[in-house]
Amino acid sequence: MRRLVPVVLFAVLAAVPFLPLGQEANFVLLLVSRVMVFGLAALSLDLLLGVGGMVSFGHAAYLAIGAYAVAVLDANDITDVGVVLAVAMGAAGVFALATGAIALRTRGVNFIMITLAFAQMVFFAFGALSAYGGDDGYSLAARNTVLGWPLLKGRGYYWACLAVLVVAYLLCRMLAASRFGRALRAVKQNPARAAAMGFNPVALQLVAMVVGAMLCSVAGVLLANGAEFVSPAYGTWQRSGDLLIMVILGGAGSLHGAIFGSAFVLLLEEGLGRATEHWRLVFGPLLVLCVIFFRGGLAGIGGRRG
Amino acid sequence: MTLLIVQLLNGVQLGLLLFLIAAGLTLVFGVMDFINLAHGVQYMLGAYLGVAFFGMTGSFWLALVLAAGAAGAAGLVLEWLVFRHLYGRDHLDQVLATFGVIMALNEGVRVIWGAAPLEMPMPEVLSGSFQLMPGLRYPFYRVALIVAGLGVAGGLAWAVNRTRVGMLVRAGTSNAVMVSALGVDIERLFRGVFGVGAVLAGFAGVLAAPLVAVEPAMGDNLLILAFVVIVIGGVGAIRGAFVAAVLVGLVDTVGRTLVTDAVRVALGASGAARVGPAVASMLIYLVMAAVLAVRPAGLFPAARGA
Repeated sequence: MRRLVPVVLFAVLAAVPFLPLGQEANFVLLLVSRVMVFGLAALSLDLLLGVGGMVSFGHAAYLAIGAYAVAVLDANDITDVGVVLAVAMGAAGVFALATGAIALRTRGVNFIMITLAFAQMVFFAFGALSAYGGDDGYSLAARNTVLGWPLLKGRGYYWACLAVLVVAYLLCRMLAASRFGRALRAVKQNPARAAAMGFNPVALQLVAMVVGAMLCSVAGVLLANGAEFVSPAYGTWQRSGDLLIMVILGGAGSLHGAIFGSAFVLLLEEGLGRATEHWRLVFGPLLVLCVIFFRGGLAGIGGRRG
Repeated sequence: MTLLIVQLLNGVQLGLLLFLIAAGLTLVFGVMDFINLAHGVQYMLGAYLGVAFFGMTGSFWLALVLAAGAAGAAGLVLEWLVFRHLYGRDHLDQVLATFGVIMALNEGVRVIWGAAPLEMPMPEVLSGSFQLMPGLRYPFYRVALIVAGLGVAGGLAWAVNRTRVGMLVRAGTSNAVMVSALGVDIERLFRGVFGVGAVLAGFAGVLAAPLVAVEPAMGDNLLILAFVVIVIGGVGAIRGAFVAAVLVGLVDTVGRTLVTDAVRVALGASGAARVGPAVASMLIYLVMAAVLAVRPAGLFPAARGA
């Protein structure tokens, strides 16, 4: 029964464009694509956090790296999505490899804070790129193209988000179930024991960080294409906090829970935002109550904790 | 040369302000193993309450005392309402719940006092400046801040190292369960430490109010700096927090100037205008990453039991 949840989730997402939405259609599709893009980012964070036990407080940096890959290439008249993705994932992977190797020397709160520190560096670095608008950001000349076709427009964008999300989800699922994923979970539970069994804990965690970073940079590419605008604000530490909220509320380690978490947070934001401009006054306490009374997240409802 | 001296003094002053915030944070973390992201909003609350009490009483000193006290009371209310449910929980739960508190209080302040920055006048006595050396005047108020910071640091060092309560705090940092088993009411100790931390943060908020814009979310950036301080200093250590706070203060002011100059020499004026600010903003995070890469537990980690 619980195995069906992700299937139903993706089926619902695929059905949304066919709903008779009338005037609201564009708005709803945009909102749901946003849910999917942040769902992808949260999913990639869940790979680190839920499966690998690494509380990264700097995941938004990879969103920013992906988005800036779009911007920088756009300024140089390169709009092919293949090139953009390769650059984004390459940059994110290299950054994760370099910073992860240092960050993984630390544990606990120091790991949380050092990942935050690296993300802050990225944030300030992009803010200083005056050729790309500095703090004010950069408006794209055009969305990315697929083999010369402008497919990332209108409903095409929606389908692209959904396709990427499904592929990423299946990839994470496979990774989590593989020998690598099991070893990673063993490291999460007890690094010393995993090491005694012949695994290299740091290497496993580093690989997870790099894969998570690359996936998240794809979310950054999609986000930039959706907004046709890129700014350092993609990488604020509050954004990293939002991603953590999505993963935890959705239920860390369940993978599809991250997508629920994204939907929950973004839809609640939208709903509360319509009722009052001071929606954070409601959202904040709600978050506190969720954490205190509601362990296991959305994916844990109706079943034991994964 | 004169510029360098001013920068040095400003750096020490920023460092001591950071210490006031970081001291509470590191004690709370050390004794209760509790990550309180909401510590920054307590600083903000102090500043706003200071402005409010100044409006009522017309006296800076009265406002300082009342606001620090009220900030402490607000901290205890938060502890009773939210934080005590989170002791012994995952660090991640603590990060999320206190993130929710940040959202609510930042927005709450915006509702009550509006989004526009407020101003707090300096006390009459300290509003002048004096001749530091020929051609160089330095404001009394900043000197007073340095003196106040040093005074609090000295008082805290004495309280932690020389008093019975301080001994319990140190013992609690190294092994809270054992202290509790020896018949100490650890909950009361927790609340006491928490209250002191909140008072210090509020005190810092009022002191900083005449120098900065009092606005919502003013605590967010300082919170990150304070975390950089406690992580560099080693969690739970007052001495480490002091050394790291002054280090971070100096790096952020003196380092900023030196790096901008160095970049100008290396890249020329046009290059410096682009790269300088970015490197300068990243500097403290670079220092933090460097310290953690060499000493993963920080400079002066407190001794911790099992």
